[in-house]
Amino acid sequence: MKQPTNGEARIGFYVCHCGTNIAGVVNVAAVAQYAAQLPGVVVSRDYKYMCSDPGQELIQTDIKEHQLNRVVVASCSPLLHEHTFRTACEKGGLNPFCFQMVNIREHDSWVHEPGDAATEKAKALVRAAVKRVALHTPLEVKRTRIHPDVLVVGGGIAGIQAALTIANGGQNVYLVEREPTIGGHMAKFDKTFPTLDCAACILTPKMSAVASHPNIKLWTYSEVVKVDGFVGNYKVQVRRKPRYVNEELCVGCAKCVDACVYKEEKFEDEFNEGLAKRKPVYLPFPQATPPVVVFDPDACIQLKTGKCKKSCLEACDRNAIIFDQKPETKEIEVGTIILATGFRTFDAARLPQYGFGTLPNVYTSLQIERMVNASGPTDGHIMLKDGRTPKAVGIIHCIGSRDNRTNRWCSRVCCMYSMKLAHLIKQHTGAEVFNFYIDIRAPGKGYEEFYEKLQEEGVHFIRGRVAEVADWPLTKEEEGKLIIRVEDTLAGFVRRIPVDMVVLATGLEPQPDAQDVRRLFNISCSTEGWFLERHPKLAPVSTFTDGIFIAGCCQGPKDIPDTVAQAGAAAGEALSLINAGFIELEPNTSYVIADDCSGCKTCIPLCPYNAISRDEEKKKAVINEAICKGCGVCVAACPSGSIVQNLFTDQEIFSEIEAVLG
Amino acid sequence: MKFSYFPGCSLKGTGRAYEESLLAVCRALGVEVQELDDWNCCGATAYMAVSEAAGYMMNTRNLALAERDSHELLAPCNACYLSLKKTQHYIAEYPSVAAQATGALAAEKLSYTGKVKVRHPLDVLVNDVGLPAIKKAVKQPLKGFKVAPYYGCQIVRPFAEFDDQQNPVLMDKLFQALGAEVVRYPLKTRCCGGSLTGTIGEVGQRLSFILLNEAQRRGATCVATVCPLCQFNLDSYQAEMSRQWSPVRMPVVYFTQLLGLALGLDEKALGLQRCIVPLPAQEVHA
Amino acid sequence: MESKSNNGWQPKIVAFFCNWCTYTAADLAGVSRMKYAPNIRIIRLMCSGRLDPQFVMAAFAKGADGVLIGGCHPGDCHYVEGNYKTLRRMTLLKRMLKDLGIEEDRCRLEWISASEGDKVKWVVNDMTEKLRALGPLDLPGKHRQWDEEMRELEAEIKRTEQTATTVV
Repeated sequence: MKQPTNGEARIGFYVCHCGTNIAGVVNVAAVAQYAAQLPGVVVSRDYKYMCSDPGQELIQTDIKEHQLNRVVVASCSPLLHEHTFRTACEKGGLNPFCFQMVNIREHDSWVHEPGDAATEKAKALVRAAVKRVALHTPLEVKRTRIHPDVLVVGGGIAGIQAALTIANGGQNVYLVEREPTIGGHMAKFDKTFPTLDCAACILTPKMSAVASHPNIKLWTYSEVVKVDGFVGNYKVQVRRKPRYVNEELCVGCAKCVDACVYKEEKFEDEFNEGLAKRKPVYLPFPQATPPVVVFDPDACIQLKTGKCKKSCLEACDRNAIIFDQKPETKEIEVGTIILATGFRTFDAARLPQYGFGTLPNVYTSLQIERMVNASGPTDGHIMLKDGRTPKAVGIIHCIGSRDNRTNRWCSRVCCMYSMKLAHLIKQHTGAEVFNFYIDIRAPGKGYEEFYEKLQEEGVHFIRGRVAEVADWPLTKEEEGKLIIRVEDTLAGFVRRIPVDMVVLATGLEPQPDAQDVRRLFNISCSTEGWFLERHPKLAPVSTFTDGIFIAGCCQGPKDIPDTVAQAGAAAGEALSLINAGFIELEPNTSYVIADDCSGCKTCIPLCPYNAISRDEEKKKAVINEAICKGCGVCVAACPSGSIVQNLFTDQEIFSEIEAVLG
Repeated sequence: MKFSYFPGCSLKGTGRAYEESLLAVCRALGVEVQELDDWNCCGATAYMAVSEAAGYMMNTRNLALAERDSHELLAPCNACYLSLKKTQHYIAEYPSVAAQATGALAAEKLSYTGKVKVRHPLDVLVNDVGLPAIKKAVKQPLKGFKVAPYYGCQIVRPFAEFDDQQNPVLMDKLFQALGAEVVRYPLKTRCCGGSLTGTIGEVGQRLSFILLNEAQRRGATCVATVCPLCQFNLDSYQAEMSRQWSPVRMPVVYFTQLLGLALGLDEKALGLQRCIVPLPAQEVHA
Repeated sequence: MESKSNNGWQPKIVAFFCNWCTYTAADLAGVSRMKYAPNIRIIRLMCSGRLDPQFVMAAFAKGADGVLIGGCHPGDCHYVEGNYKTLRRMTLLKRMLKDLGIEEDRCRLEWISASEGDKVKWVVNDMTEKLRALGPLDLPGKHRQWDEEMRELEAEIKRTEQTATTVV
């Protein structure tokens, strides 16, 4: 790698036209001319597209021909092409960190009007970069190994798919799920749109595969409680909650459930969305994976008071029940983490005008999924609270979505699932079905065709945002019904439509603890609370934290095909890192100049990664280069200025400040 | 607790019973009210239809007078309450309106800085005086009363400052505290027809009829209101409604009248004799 | 808007933007073609926690009329807590600037997330206008002026010493 000759900088300067993106606003020729007379600049060029192959070759040729030992490129954002030009320098025989980039596109030509001001600003920024780059020193990238194990958080279809892909690729996966079983929301559905495949039929084989896969360690009823480390080297603590059953021994025969002293189900069955009850000991649903029962410590008499007949113990012929089971904390090491923590549905009670929770026979879509499901609380019969079959059903779209007062976004799946439910309800009951929508969103493969089919089946689609589900009749026909009051915007008048049952198509929103979870993993959330992707178009499953990927609805509302695709993408990213075996880290880390350090200990508590420790013998601070992430907080705090940050030294920054002001 | 009091035209006219009962109740609960000196009409909905700008200016004067007295301004009539609030909102949000206001006020050497707060008596009684204090002062619980609380539209739309916009509950809570049974009344914020009851009768009265009919269907023995126009609309046309559609007979009282009864105040002092459809005697003397 | 002392003087703002949030937000403003005042010069740091208060002083000393510091929203720092340290340093720095007679609006801390391109535009425009109203700080000019005053004073003293006979 080229070293500066006699301490003298020989700088090559390049300003990019970027077509007319830059040249249309900034006088690039003038900038090149200006740069040519700056101290140290031996070559100054302007070129149409610096990032192109010829552009990069220009740099490489000049390095050799003019013995350049520093390069400055004024073009677009370093976040886009810093890597490109550093590589070009390297190919030309120059250390890639003897390079500085100037942003005169995103920060100049794209945000200012053509003219002198934009060109003067470009010159000032160039001046600063030229002064700075002379102070750069050659640096080496660090490599850190990637631990081959992967942690997948969340056992819905996204987590399941990601885990299977990685496990099939030969790597070990920990799949951690907070509920007692995997399956997520998809396990509750009856059929999936648009093919009307049975959800359980396509999901359970995957759940089964997870349970039996030799490379997957399935930890249900568990949560991640601590995450330390960085890409390739994460140390994670997982807390396994006690289900009071030995997972190895229980086979899910459910004899204990039958034997329970509670002869009747009395406690709310979460899986059935409040439509059924369960006992203190229960199997969440028939295909629960792992097929192990759970004891609810808030309901079980033995766990609450210690005084129970314990007929369950007697009934279990495998001695699987352990009433004094304690929570267990496991520590694992992984190299990459995939977050697939899913969503929650909008709470329909927040919109009292629709009567959820106050009027009878107003249900959420998930409740109807359970009702229409053959293994649900009503054996697949759609029925009103009094047991009758409804003759007219209203399905209201966009509950909680597309509304400034609740959630602004469109939840993407509700139109399709509302149509699916319309079809299923009509099929099961023969009722008149009305769908009340704002717009019909049917973008996927087969979706528009599904919508057409529904219309042919005679489902009524009324365009209008429902104002109220009323229980006050104006005519005899309306008595005893739920009256949907809506403006039919296509017909042009307000309508009162009496129905027997109302289904609210509740939207999707982030999990209530999304903020806590993302802080645990040190990633960001968008303003709405979904996990933030690195780039919405080009990096939808990566985050700004290397080694942590996101997949499925935790990133934003989406249907099952897109979820599965993202899960595969995240798995691919993880496998890509694992296959490479190492990752290169930016060398902008910090180090202590021991001679100048007075041992004052100011820096030590500041490091969020605990990279700084105290050498008790020498009484000096020491920075572990492998852990340092290069934030520079310690550098700014050091009273004696004895900490230096590569690529962001005080001198480099001071020179930038001075030169940018002229 | 001291308030400036803005009766508005209604409370000095057809809505006299509201003023009588409100002042009686305030006296009984220790809320001092002082009528705003030289107040003028608020414009309500009628004037705004003629000239919005002039309407706001009229209210600006009221607000400036109130600010001079430096107490919060109590505005019982829903329309006065909303007009005053709208005026405050527009002066704060639109510099052109603010400039007009300053100009108009200068004619009388008045000023307005936006400090005065406009309050509704429902808010003041339930939130400021508080239900515990009111409960303590109850002498005759409203046993046997089945009240349908009707809030009207103007205290929840467009601004819902002291209660929920879709489902306000302050009156519900108040009557429960007074020992009455509160009927579940989902039409509690539905329009009564406003001025249309007089101008396009079949439309306006129909709206009021729907309100009364539903209250009747749900077994209410009376409807409680917070607005003099709502009270007037619901009370005055029941005979016509019964002829046109189906029989309705429902006493419509001000919430302050019911509160006054519970506090043991005399019915004449509460203006109960002014109702066209009277409260049944046995309820009053329960 | 005309500036007070108008020799075509334009406010000069030096900005220190953190790589992960603010710099990215400024890029987003560019990608979205939002237009804002050209008075700002952005210097990139990896984290706002790298900001040494001396950078701010150096910027003013070399002629900046205003200094803008951009960091991630509290709780969102890519390096976990760097922005909290920035906040603490700013409190002390602002106190010191006040004592030095530098107006408060000249040094500004803003939390801007990676998706808030419009906030970058708004802050830059707002700060430029505020500085325009305040006028130039021109510390280099003041330094030159004070140096000149010192030279005159020294010359005056020399003259006095030469003419004096005795010094009591």
